[in-house]
Parts: sequence; C-alpha cells; structure tokens
Amino acid sequence: MIISKRKRTKKKYTIIIPTYNERLNIGLVIYLVFKYLQDIDFEVIIVDDGSPDGTQDIIKQLQNVYGDDRILLQARPKKLGLGTAYYHGLKHASGDFIIIMDADLSHHPKYLPSFIRKQMETGASIVTGTRYVRNGGVHGWNLMRKLTSRGANVLAQTLLWPGVSDLTGSFRLYERTAFEDVVSSCVSKGYVFQMEMIVRASRKGYHIEEVPITFVDRVYGSSKLGGSEIVEYLKGLFYLLFTT
Amino acid sequence: MKHILKIMALLVAVAGIWISLLETSVVPRSYTWLLPVYLVVSLGCYGLLMVGVGLMLFPTCPQEASLLQKVALVIMFISDQFCAQIPAFSG
Repeated sequence: MIISKRKRTKKKYTIIIPTYNERLNIGLVIYLVFKYLQDIDFEVIIVDDGSPDGTQDIIKQLQNVYGDDRILLQARPKKLGLGTAYYHGLKHASGDFIIIMDADLSHHPKYLPSFIRKQMETGASIVTGTRYVRNGGVHGWNLMRKLTSRGANVLAQTLLWPGVSDLTGSFRLYERTAFEDVVSSCVSKGYVFQMEMIVRASRKGYHIEEVPITFVDRVYGSSKLGGSEIVEYLKGLFYLLFTT
Repeated sequence: MKHILKIMALLVAVAGIWISLLETSVVPRSYTWLLPVYLVVSLGCYGLLMVGVGLMLFPTCPQEASLLQKVALVIMFISDQFCAQIPAFSG
C-alpha cells in the first residue's frame, strides 16, 4: 500500500523584535501581534539589550501568558547594536521567514498579514514596508523632519538606484535564506544597517516587493533625529555608494 | 559590477558625447563648453523638484495615531480593572 506523504506546506514565521527600554510598549505590541496573526504559525524572539527599566520582567510575564514556545527572550548584557541583535535572534529562530519590526509601536502589527500575503502572492524573497506611497504614511512628523526625510530619500535614490522607495524602514519580511545571506555581509550600525541590508539584497538580485505601511511616531518614549544622525546617514550613503 | 563603476561608466559616456560635440561643432562651441554646467544645474533642479513634490504629497495618517491611542487606552483600562480585582494589588 502506498501511503502518500503530505509535505509541510504551512510556513512558520519568526518575528524578531530588538528592544531597549520598551517596558511601556512591548505588552501592547505582543497583544497586537497575537491579535492579527491568529491563523499563522509564528514565534516572537525579543532581543533585549539589558534594559534598565525592567523590560525583561514584562517579557517574562508575557511568556507566562502566551507560552514560552511562542515568545522567546534572548537577553544580552548591554547595547550591542541592531545588526548583531538580528543575528543573535536569527541563531535561535525556527521559522521559514524572518520578520523584523520595532517595539515602539511605530510599526503597527496589523500590517503583518499584508506582508505575508504579498510574499505568498509574488513569491518574493523580501517584502519591505514603505511609508512613502499611497495607503502608507507617517504621523507626528514636523515639516523639518519631513524635509530631511524627503531630501535624504531623493539623495539616496539618485546615488544608489536602490529599487525600493523606503531605504531606512525596519519593518520587513525576509525569506530565511535571504536574511542569513544578507545579514552576514552587513557591517553598518543603526538605521544605516537597514539601508545596507536592502541595498545589498538588491545588488544580489533578490526579488523585493513593497507594501504600504503607516509609521506613527512613538506612543511612549522619545524619538531621535539630530545632526549626528544626518552625518551618519551621509557617511553611510557614501559607504554604500563605493562598496555595493 | 559595483554600483560606483556603473556611475563612472555613465559619466564617461556623457563626457564622450560632450567631447564629440566639441569636436564636430554640431552645436556652437560657446554652448557646448557650458554643457556640463547645464547638466549639473538641471540635476540640481530636478532633485529640488523631487524633494518639493515629495514634501507636498507626503502621505500622512492622523487617523492611525488616534486608533493607536484608543487601543493603548483600552489595554490600560483592562489592566487597571484586572489589577483592581486582585486583592494584593487593590488592598
């Protein structure tokens, strides 16, 4: 008798969320993730860099509520950077796809199904959220910030021809193999890391799709954009111009 | 191929066209000499136009902020209610 084997077609998603002092936001983020991904097989890996405000205590309580097989805490002793946080999360990930997002509620978990749907429809290796198209958008940005963002975007588009409209966004879905391949070749820090990820992925020929997302400035906590960030951005841009 | 090499190739191609225009004098030389300046100024104007248009059409989502505030308030309300029912917290 021939017994046919059913291949596992249901995909698993790993959501990696780096945190630092997100005690007030993380509970809400996790609640919303579970609310919007009810029929999806997923796990959440929270990489916390030794938050002094007790974020890890909140995460442990969330593990009691949702199960420590659904929420994994990867604690690190201090701030060690975004790129290494993703890499650290990846080492313990069991999903076929890696989703990265912020913990400060600037990324709303309600867009997670649209990332998943876009990937399934197009077979893309990477789906990146963009704030700069219709149905996307921002809130809480003053004119100066919008001007800086738009100027930075035009400069990056002119110099790098990246093929995506939002380079610094950190709300993305990656196929696991693509993520492993690209993250190992990135050396930048902060949001320049996000730029480097997407530009390197584009250069390597990965199929990249975009979905509109909204970006609401922090519900709790403070957001950062000063002169030093602009200098870092320009340095990152020229680094990418000459090395990718 | 590295991206910078693509840009260099493009600049070399433009320079080649400029030199050939200078040599063949199809266009009066006085204009041809200024061609790179015209190109740089055009590029700058195009960039400024893109920034301006993008700024005018910058998508915003004020309704998302109010939705998020409502969710946050509901969660806080529920957790307050939950804590109030536990003797250790309300006592």
